[in-house]
Amino acid sequence: MKFKPSSSAVLVLEDGTIFHGLAAGKIGTTTGEIAFNTGMTGYQEIFTDPSYYGQILIMTTPHIGNYGVDEDEFESGSVNISGLVSNKFSEIFSRAKANQSIDEYFKERDVVGITEVDTRALVRHIREKGAMNAIISSEIDDISELKSRLGKVPSMEGLELASKVSTKEPFTYGDAESHEFKVAVLDLGVKQNILRCLAERGCYMKVFPHNTPFQEMETWNPDGYMLSNGPGDPSAMPEPTRTVTNILEHNRPTFGICLGHQVMAQASGLQTEKMHHGHRGINHPILNLHTGKGEITSQNHGFMVNRTSAENTENIQITHIHLNDKSVAGIKRKDKPAFSVQYHPEASAGPHDSRYLFDDFIALMKKEKYGVNS
Amino acid sequence: MPKDPSIKSILIIGSGPIVIGQACEFDYSGSQAARSLREEGIEVSLINSNPATIMTDPVTADHVYLLPLTSDSIRQILGERQIDAVLPTMGGQTALNLAIECQDLGLWDDYGVKMIGVDIDAIEITENREAFRKLMIEIGVGVAPSGTAKSFLEGKELAQELGFPLVIRPSYTLGGSGASFVHEPEDFDKLLNRGLHSSPIHEVMIDKAVIGWKEYELELLRDKNDNVIIICSIENMDPMGIHTGDSITIAPALTLSDTTYQRMRNMAIKMMRAIGDFAGGCNVQFAVSPDEKEEIIAVEINPRVSRSSALASKATGYPIAKIASKLALGYTLDELDNQITKSTSALFEPTLDYVIVKIPRWNFNKFKGANRELGLQMKSVGEAMGIGRNFQEALQKACQSLEINRNGLGADGKEWRDQDKILESLKHPSWNRLFHLYDAIKLGIPFKTIREITKIDPWFLHQIEELISLEREIEKHSIQSIPEELLRAAKERGYADRQVAHLLRCWESEVYKKREELGMQRVFKLVDTCAAEFPAETPYYYSTFEQENESVRTNRKKVVILGSGPNRIGQGIEFDYCCVHGVLAAKEAGYETIMINCNPETVSTDFDTADKLYFEPVFWEHIYDIIQHEKPEGVIVQLGGQTALKLAEKLDRYGIPILGTAYETLDKAEDRGVFSDLLKELGIPYPKYGSVETAEEAVELSRTLGFPLLVRPSYVLGGHSMKIVINEQELEHHVVDILKDMPGNKILLDHFLDGAIEAEADAICDGEDTLIIGIMEHIEPAGIHSGDSYAVLPAFDLSENALNQIKDYTSRIAIALETKGLINIQFAVKDDKVYVIEANPRASRTVPFIAKAYDQPYVNWATKVMLGELKVKDLNYDPKQHGFAIKIPVFSFDKFPDVNKELGPEMKSTGEAIQFINHLRDPFFKKVYSERNLYLSR
Repeated sequence: MKFKPSSSAVLVLEDGTIFHGLAAGKIGTTTGEIAFNTGMTGYQEIFTDPSYYGQILIMTTPHIGNYGVDEDEFESGSVNISGLVSNKFSEIFSRAKANQSIDEYFKERDVVGITEVDTRALVRHIREKGAMNAIISSEIDDISELKSRLGKVPSMEGLELASKVSTKEPFTYGDAESHEFKVAVLDLGVKQNILRCLAERGCYMKVFPHNTPFQEMETWNPDGYMLSNGPGDPSAMPEPTRTVTNILEHNRPTFGICLGHQVMAQASGLQTEKMHHGHRGINHPILNLHTGKGEITSQNHGFMVNRTSAENTENIQITHIHLNDKSVAGIKRKDKPAFSVQYHPEASAGPHDSRYLFDDFIALMKKEKYGVNS
Repeated sequence: MPKDPSIKSILIIGSGPIVIGQACEFDYSGSQAARSLREEGIEVSLINSNPATIMTDPVTADHVYLLPLTSDSIRQILGERQIDAVLPTMGGQTALNLAIECQDLGLWDDYGVKMIGVDIDAIEITENREAFRKLMIEIGVGVAPSGTAKSFLEGKELAQELGFPLVIRPSYTLGGSGASFVHEPEDFDKLLNRGLHSSPIHEVMIDKAVIGWKEYELELLRDKNDNVIIICSIENMDPMGIHTGDSITIAPALTLSDTTYQRMRNMAIKMMRAIGDFAGGCNVQFAVSPDEKEEIIAVEINPRVSRSSALASKATGYPIAKIASKLALGYTLDELDNQITKSTSALFEPTLDYVIVKIPRWNFNKFKGANRELGLQMKSVGEAMGIGRNFQEALQKACQSLEINRNGLGADGKEWRDQDKILESLKHPSWNRLFHLYDAIKLGIPFKTIREITKIDPWFLHQIEELISLEREIEKHSIQSIPEELLRAAKERGYADRQVAHLLRCWESEVYKKREELGMQRVFKLVDTCAAEFPAETPYYYSTFEQENESVRTNRKKVVILGSGPNRIGQGIEFDYCCVHGVLAAKEAGYETIMINCNPETVSTDFDTADKLYFEPVFWEHIYDIIQHEKPEGVIVQLGGQTALKLAEKLDRYGIPILGTAYETLDKAEDRGVFSDLLKELGIPYPKYGSVETAEEAVELSRTLGFPLLVRPSYVLGGHSMKIVINEQELEHHVVDILKDMPGNKILLDHFLDGAIEAEADAICDGEDTLIIGIMEHIEPAGIHSGDSYAVLPAFDLSENALNQIKDYTSRIAIALETKGLINIQFAVKDDKVYVIEANPRASRTVPFIAKAYDQPYVNWATKVMLGELKVKDLNYDPKQHGFAIKIPVFSFDKFPDVNKELGPEMKSTGEAIQFINHLRDPFFKKVYSERNLYLSR
């Protein structure tokens, strides 16, 4: 082994702040909205989570790549972050199960990153100044050139991104032969683990593109609807919102996660808004207002449901709140068999405290299908 | 849900004297618990026999009982005071065992005392390995194949069934006491016997050994609403087979994928829920197979705070004992605030944007003949923690914190190059395993071989390998030619300037200067539980080499207090007691207090203690950089034992004011020649002495001094390498031994006053007046180290004449040395004549004992004298004296079955207890007195 640091790289933020570091992954240039994730495990799941589409992600945990990459642990078929900022990027990995190093994987998937950055200083900056666009380059060192490229990147606010990660064609998932329920999934950027969690509970799924109208999904005759997670601004998604409005009008059992939660909220007349710098990590505390119990949850969102609008809408009950900032973390329709949460009960990466929500969804479908309480 | 309103008064049980396996982490947890409960308006009573603790101080609890940890003592307390509940989870296994004993006696029921924070059934299950195993199988958690044996025969049968290698673990013991690996059938009988004997209920668990599996620990907290959170994951670099207390541990876990980590998390939560229904802390240990299956098995669960939870609290900033106490009161996690951010919820899981490495500190040289190989039974006496922005930096800082004459890992010219010796050392790991891993990699021994022997995860080996390749790159340069990036790479990876200087063949000061020119300064980052997601209020810092500095200097006048580093024999919790009181006193005097220490077990490194905590090695470079940043009025060195004291010379050289006794005095007292000249001048008797540099000179000198002689190297701690010799042959041999370990050191020979009585005095002096706070007489004859002696306060049979000499000499020496602060003087009394043996112008081991015995804040006073805020003549000396207080030395010889309990001039005790007696007819005193010559050796 020889001590040979990689070539240099630079990160420029929209407000002109510059961080220097070393190149990680592919040599190149990339842009996106900068965000930070505080999880200490699960980098592979996080990088492949479609909700991160368009995001340059800062990992606060210092070492990334220690246990390599394992092909069984992807959350989608591709890397969805548009760039990575880390403190230490480990080319060396150790795990019997792993197939390759994160560096090899990044190079293979054309992912540009920067490492050896004072990520803590950067996070403190974002915490103060809020989310903003950024550019990473390990090939261009002319800052004015980078700034000019950065200027052309559209703001995340008002940006529809689900179409970029949603499936183009419907596909099925689960056991077609023996299953208890059929679930139609509106794919706004679905994580594999949502499908796994439902399949484990006896669901057979058909995953539909983000812009599928309600009638088309309904012809498949599902027992319930799953509104998936995904990237982008929910207020820029009139088509999915219309679809969900129709689902609700027809009193179909519905469960929304993350972006799906925001779309369901919009379909119920609530407003959504951009957050200062979002919630991203696997240690977020949620209080279930019904049971009074806490849950440690996995979260990844930069937009949220406006709390006042949730409190003032008659048909809406707030079921979960985020304990740190008291923001809305879960709602349910008082008049419909529908509920949704802002966080990720499928949590991959993250704790499994909230998996019961899938059971609740199953119970809801059961009740609607057989007319019984389970 | 609010707290339980029926609880108004709580008894906390402490862990007693420090022994291997149960150290000052329980002073930390007990102190936190007391503070946490008092915040809630609870009246706190506390029992502990260890006088060197902060928890037994009036600043901590409302009612302190310095009593032996027995059911009789508990009965006495319950008889005297209305106690509503007992919290037994803060004092280790000792406290839990006592709580169970009292439960069996029906004491708690008799007095209507509720047990909080634990349930008895949970203790039962976790300590009874067979019950634990059955429960784990029932809830679907994997365990190693095993069984229990209550007899020799049952044990033999089990071994037959399971096959070797095996582990024998006695039930209900501490720190793996009596546990052993059995690799070969022929060793089985002996070890089984030992195991059965060391279990208080004569029961052992025999497990199939999972040697080499990766080892992890999780720290959990649960509230009465059954919310469970994981505070910290800890990875043991040393895999299964070495006790976690003797392992190098790392937080967060660095080689676990999320899938495996979440499985482990689920198992831990399930286990905690299965063992019982209680609100509080819990530690769970797991082993993970290092293959593709990543199979997880449960190793053990401890339903209480522990050494690991103290480490986890310091590693994350989340004060586990503090919160666990509130949970025991009935609060739920969602009702409590994160103690660091003060704005977010306590119901969350801390996340780290740095790495911590803990390295244990061993003292094998104190136990001649001890088996030094690490295994199932804990042998270390202390630990140090390094915090860095990456693993390598944390590792280097932890090594720099150890004070074992290394400047870090590598780059100090001390490596081994003998392949066979290195391999042998890796096969039989001891205190130097980490250094020999480095040597092995540097020598080019293939990873495959190293891994086969050690089973250490390759990720860690690669990290060390990278350090070595960086060193090779640096070595190609000189101080003039080294590129900035390379120097930065070294500093970012935790290399000390001294190490870099070694690689560049230049002076440390040249490296420092180069750094200064390049603007390569330490910055300070916050430990904030949340990876900077939220602003944090708590000033808990560590240093690194990065861009942004978060430690903002205030305009207040400030003082730095240097801590005492890792515990070791001769320097333990007493000095932490002194540091904490120093901090509190300086705060009262209006100073901003800045604590520097690296021992995660202590109260001094609780972020609630000082105004600012720098969790840093008590190592020159780090201290200097903190001082450069903070610009304090001065530094207090006399409270942190020898660790802090030995930095005085450099502080003085760099013109940094030392508050209290000046460096010249400290040096004068250490330099035997100068000190003896002073005594001569003052007309104070001292044993004939001389100093030599070779064995020949020693023999020559012995003819003038006469035998027996006390032989020791100068500048040592706790009587290290000190020995009494009776003839020339022994003398020669010992001198050669010392010079082998410490070449070039001066050796002191004192005529040994055979049959003398030893006494010591502690005093506070302001340079003009001296206040003697206590005079103690040792029960054992001279020849046994003062730390290993029973000491009686006040002296019990010294004549008025001898006491007057002691008082007179103490005052005059203190003033002649221009002492400002504390001084301890040791005496030998023979034929009513008092001789001065040594003087230590610093806080001594006995200061906390005297403060507790007399119930007076002596360290507080001494600190204010150092700061010039108080004069000795202002002090109102009013000791609360009832009969006598006896300081009882406590040993950990049971951890070294091969070592005889022999006492001499080299200290061997790990802890102490206090016992009060009303008169000298007391049976306890009579027994000790009658046995006073029993263990004396040379």
